Amino acid sequence: MKFAIQVNEGPYQHQASDSAYQFTKAALEKGHECFRVFFYHDGVLNGTRLTTPPQDDRNIVNNWVELAEKYDLDLVVCVAAAQRRGIVDEGEAERNGKDATNIAPRFRISGLGQLIEAAIQCDKLVVFGD
Amino acid sequence: MSDKKQFMFLNRRAPYGTIYAWESLEVVLIAAAFEQAVSLAFIDDGVYQLVTGQDTTGIGMKNFSPTYKTLGDYEVRHMYVDKDSLEARGLSVDDLVVVPWEDWETEETVDNIVEVVDSAKLAELLEESDVVFSF
Repeated sequence: MKFAIQVNEGPYQHQASDSAYQFTKAALEKGHECFRVFFYHDGVLNGTRLTTPPQDDRNIVNNWVELAEKYDLDLVVCVAAAQRRGIVDEGEAERNGKDATNIAPRFRISGLGQLIEAAIQCDKLVVFGD
Repeated sequence: MSDKKQFMFLNRRAPYGTIYAWESLEVVLIAAAFEQAVSLAFIDDGVYQLVTGQDTTGIGMKNFSPTYKTLGDYEVRHMYVDKDSLEARGLSVDDLVVVPWEDWETEETVDNIVEVVDSAKLAELLEESDVVFSF
């Protein structure tokens, strides 16, 4: 099965990011395909490398990064949602005159068209959120 | 690109208080550009999104409710409203926006694509959808 994943809530505040991660990991381990993970609403906060949870807690951002490295997973942060919430890559920093970036490795910022394309291309879109 | 899919956007929340309704609308507008069969459904507090006469000046938020009236121009063909959710909030179809629709090629017109349906019908519509976006 070819899945597309949508994450609608921020990490730590809400279980959605953990559930999405665990679902995606389990699906990939079972040999399914994941076309794309799309982060929307506060879900874009999964994509900042500046996240520093306590040492005895899980690091959700790093979990995504490691999963993406292992399976060449496409992690996409919605640009409009990211701009509202201060998730910045080099291109966005330049366009909007920001003095820093915070995008985590393996994540990329792109448009909502990426979500629609994923929904068209996949067999099943799975939405994680409230 | 694959064949046209049935997209259903399930809107469950009040228009203000959280950003879900507004960011859902942004996805709907993009989806239209991909030439998919797009329908919207409004349940629970989501029915408030379609109420006419919204005034947001007191809360400093952008009033995006006029956008719903234009969705017919974005090739949204159906906007379903859950009957029980509407009645539980003391609302009727008369309180909701009217959204006209026109097929540019065939010139077929529909006066209002907003349709009140019961929950059994809504369940059927969700079952028939290829993709359900839940906001």
